Amino acid sequence: MTSTEPHRLWDILKRYDSNPDALIQILNEIQKDEGYLPHITLKLLSSELDVPLSKIYGVLTFYEHFKLVKPGKIIITICMGTACFVKGSPALNTTVKNMLGIESGETTSDQLFTFERVACLGCCALAPVVQINGEVHGQMTPNKLQKLLTKICKEEEKGEEK
Amino acid sequence: MTNGNPKKKKKNHERRILICQGTGCISSKSNEIRKKFETEIVKAGIHEKVEVTFTGCHGFCAQGPLVFIKPEETLYCKVKVEDVEKIVESHIKKNEPVEDLFYEDPKTGKKIEKHNEIDFYAKQKRMILENCGHINPEDINEYLHIGGYSGLKKAFSMKPEEVIEAIKESGLRGRGGAGFPTGLKWGFCRNAPGKEKYVICNADEGDPGAFMDRSILEADPHSVLEGMIIGGYAIGASNGIIYVRSEYPLAVHRFRKTVEDAKELNFLGKNVLDSGFDFDVMIQEGAGAFVCGEETALMASIEGERGIPKPRPPFPATSGLWGKPTNINNVKSWAAAAWIFKNGVEEFKKVGVKTSTGTAIFSLTGKVKNSGLIEVPMGTTLREIIFGIGGGILDDKKFKAVQTGGPSGGCLPASKLDLGVDFETLQAEGSIMGSGGMVVADENTCMVDLARYFLAFTQKESCGKCTPCREGTLRALEILERITRGEADLSDLDDLEELCHVIKDTSLCALGQTAPNPILSTLKHFRHEYEEHITDLRCSARVCTELYTFVIDEEKCIKCGLCARICPVEAIMGSKETSFRIDCRLCTHCQMCYNRCPKDAIEKVSGKC
Repeated sequence: MTSTEPHRLWDILKRYDSNPDALIQILNEIQKDEGYLPHITLKLLSSELDVPLSKIYGVLTFYEHFKLVKPGKIIITICMGTACFVKGSPALNTTVKNMLGIESGETTSDQLFTFERVACLGCCALAPVVQINGEVHGQMTPNKLQKLLTKICKEEEKGEEK
Repeated sequence: MTNGNPKKKKKNHERRILICQGTGCISSKSNEIRKKFETEIVKAGIHEKVEVTFTGCHGFCAQGPLVFIKPEETLYCKVKVEDVEKIVESHIKKNEPVEDLFYEDPKTGKKIEKHNEIDFYAKQKRMILENCGHINPEDINEYLHIGGYSGLKKAFSMKPEEVIEAIKESGLRGRGGAGFPTGLKWGFCRNAPGKEKYVICNADEGDPGAFMDRSILEADPHSVLEGMIIGGYAIGASNGIIYVRSEYPLAVHRFRKTVEDAKELNFLGKNVLDSGFDFDVMIQEGAGAFVCGEETALMASIEGERGIPKPRPPFPATSGLWGKPTNINNVKSWAAAAWIFKNGVEEFKKVGVKTSTGTAIFSLTGKVKNSGLIEVPMGTTLREIIFGIGGGILDDKKFKAVQTGGPSGGCLPASKLDLGVDFETLQAEGSIMGSGGMVVADENTCMVDLARYFLAFTQKESCGKCTPCREGTLRALEILERITRGEADLSDLDDLEELCHVIKDTSLCALGQTAPNPILSTLKHFRHEYEEHITDLRCSARVCTELYTFVIDEEKCIKCGLCARICPVEAIMGSKETSFRIDCRLCTHCQMCYNRCPKDAIEKVSGKC
């Protein structure tokens, strides 16, 4: 959804009767659609709901889930839940940092990878867990993760050549 | 309107193959296994006799993907797509179960076929979880065939006041953590003036290291809905809301299907089962804020606001969501309410101890052999849970501590293993029952680092409204970080302890009031570890990265050069002719070399770089 396609925003608003109480639901839907919350859409939302833009920003920055920056093509999420933590997720963090040169919350300059951390994915019995574009990989080790990321990088390079 | 009757008759298959489709098993490709079973059964021409279906979480996620065969009750563990043909050929066609895929007892090495003979299941008492892994969660008919919604019908035959009395009589206490008597809570809300009332199911399972609520919603969602309808009827609320984490997409999907199916059979909507009672449920996805587990913050979030707690009174029972009387219960409490009406108050009271009736559900994880979702009678000892059901510590290492209650709970040492789990006992020892997270730590876990981990979590999740929590947790975290870096002195420990008590006594909501628990309990039981970090600059568990280095043991090293090749930051120097050494100033502690060395020649050595 960009400024040229506002009709998708209208669809979402219609589903929630443009009710300001449903702000979080609406933001959720926009993010599902777009991958993040573009400023231009939020401005439009502000006037449609008659809610000040500052209020919208106040609410969305409170919640971990909302993103204001466009994420990369591949999102790597490291679970930092207690079970994952005691079973070695800090070393997985270091591995991603070493390989991609970015900190959690950042995206690589080629827009390929975004690195995130999450409080818990709820797959604790498979700890430590890494999620890559929604797919859960359990019982991870730094070495397995390095292999996996190298494989993804190679596949992406091949894709680009084609 | 079919008024609560199933739309289709139960088919009597000779055999049923149930494939676990919980989040855990799906991540290990159980989807593909299910498809393969479906094709193989059709190919063999026995699809009239053998049903292939899926279930929610069995709880034994570490052994997944799980395949369950009924009526024999055979449980196959760690099944791969390639194993499917073998199971169909041998077990289904020739009645010869495949022994290779049975569970192997880690103590005896014996292969065990039947699920209820495996220690992990045999030592549990599954009441709330009884259907989890045994029915298809997306098929309301299966729930009906096992007596689902009979509890609701029984509740409808009683007056709302009698329903509340029955819950009081059962002794059910809130499973979300605080343990407040559920019947009393329902009564407050029923007696509050106002026509419009709300019941909310709190499924914002924010505790890291816990997945009980997720598993129940994925495996037996109708039981939760049934409990909510009973609660709505008792309280006089026609609106239900379930607030569920958006990080749990499968749980959201299954509950959505549950609500649709229940509407179709008139368990929801106008005049539910001709009782004259109207009830509807709305699903609201949370947006990832731990504080929203607190009921006033949760309601603010539903209203589209920042999830900031409010001082109480007024209590939600009188002025909650949109100022209307509201009753909030956890997923497990609602499911327990449905169980009580289906099986009877007396059956529920038979289990557990006097002040805490019924069962406790834990997600048993960390350094334990059998991790997974478990249910035990209240009062069961920690030892029985960790060493009986859990099968002991991973790699037979030494037990150090068990953490219950997540970031609001505490750590208990080996000397407390014979305590029974119930609300009062755990609280008296500085921990809490919490929502059900139970993480086991072994000798390789640093307790100072664990306390730092929890505090970093609560500090980040503090909503910022009240000063003791916002500033206090930050200062406490700074002290803990200094300790783990070896830059603290002993007076810091006294400051830390004092600060913890101030935060506990003066914070507005439970997040702040309980945030110091992990520190206070580790200071109480593991003070020597703190002192070791401060005075000896040592972390004997070798976890705090500033206090240990990686060193190559020249005697063991065969100079293969693998470590130098795989080091991502080129911290390992040397050549095959001379020797290799690790520059600790460049090392990032990623452990890649340590894990890969073929001769285990890389060691963790205590001390600063």
